[in-house]
Amino acid sequence: MQHALLTKVINANMRTDVPAIRIGDTIKVHVKIREGEKERLQAFEGTLIARKNTGMGENITVRKMSFGQGVERIFPIHAPVIDHIDIVRTGRVRRSKLYYLRGLRGKAARLKERV
Amino acid sequence: MSPGILGKKIGMTQIFRADGQVVPVTLVKAGPCVVTQRKTPTSDGYDAVQLGLVEFAKAKNITKPMAGHLKKSGADGVRFQREFRLATGDSDLKAGDRILVTEFKPTDKVDVTGVSKGRGFAGFVKRHHFRGGEGSHGSMFHRAPGSIGSSSFPSRVFPGMRMAGHMGDAQVTVRNLEVVQVDSEDNVLMVKGAIPGPNGSYVMVKRSRRMGK
Repeated sequence: MQHALLTKVINANMRTDVPAIRIGDTIKVHVKIREGEKERLQAFEGTLIARKNTGMGENITVRKMSFGQGVERIFPIHAPVIDHIDIVRTGRVRRSKLYYLRGLRGKAARLKERV
Repeated sequence: MSPGILGKKIGMTQIFRADGQVVPVTLVKAGPCVVTQRKTPTSDGYDAVQLGLVEFAKAKNITKPMAGHLKKSGADGVRFQREFRLATGDSDLKAGDRILVTEFKPTDKVDVTGVSKGRGFAGFVKRHHFRGGEGSHGSMFHRAPGSIGSSSFPSRVFPGMRMAGHMGDAQVTVRNLEVVQVDSEDNVLMVKGAIPGPNGSYVMVKRSRRMGK
């Protein structure tokens, strides 16, 4: 069992503004990028294919097709570099890790909307 | 200023710094401690301070000699005691003084001493990171030691030859860990990196000797 003081520290450092994202959703992750002195937001839009670990190390894997090439990015969801996460559309899936999407292209890689 | 504090390892997590950098941290429930004895060059031949970690201790679990010793400083509920050496005339602490986690502040450097996790009787590969042999392909040499020396000369194995044996459960000190946060409300010290021992084990947190000074 986790020590109460450890739980307290984790709760104090965790982000509370993470939306209720589910595996299969198409999401848009807005990441803060520093360019010299200026800071701007960069969005990464794709399908949420995995959510791993718990506590402060929790992370999500987002996959998108970029010019016919599959690109995946892993974001630690409690990191301050993440400005916010938008849900673009939901997806109905039956498993928690969608690694099978890596082997699919085009129409086959679509997911049905959750109702 | 106290040379250190005693505590209990709580566990590890990670936190993000203001610049977004992730820091692995270990939480230590440190103190409150009480000075149970002050050793001085005149009475003991050297300068040191003996601290006791104040926590709940059943009266029946404290031996009578220990109870008598603790009575001198007015401490009660002490199960774990350790001594910190002092440079002569370095500290004005006296028996009965309380030491809190607020003695430390973020960016301080500390050495943490604890007893490492016991691994039992461990083989060469685990204990000394020897490579071992192939698992298959007809290899008949898996995790065995191999040669431990020559034959008729010297007709003996040199002392200190690394071999299988008991591993862990030994005192280990990790030096120069950075204090990341200090929570005076819960007496929690957050240090960067890992410290020896399982969660719940007692540790000594010592102020690091400043390097190059």
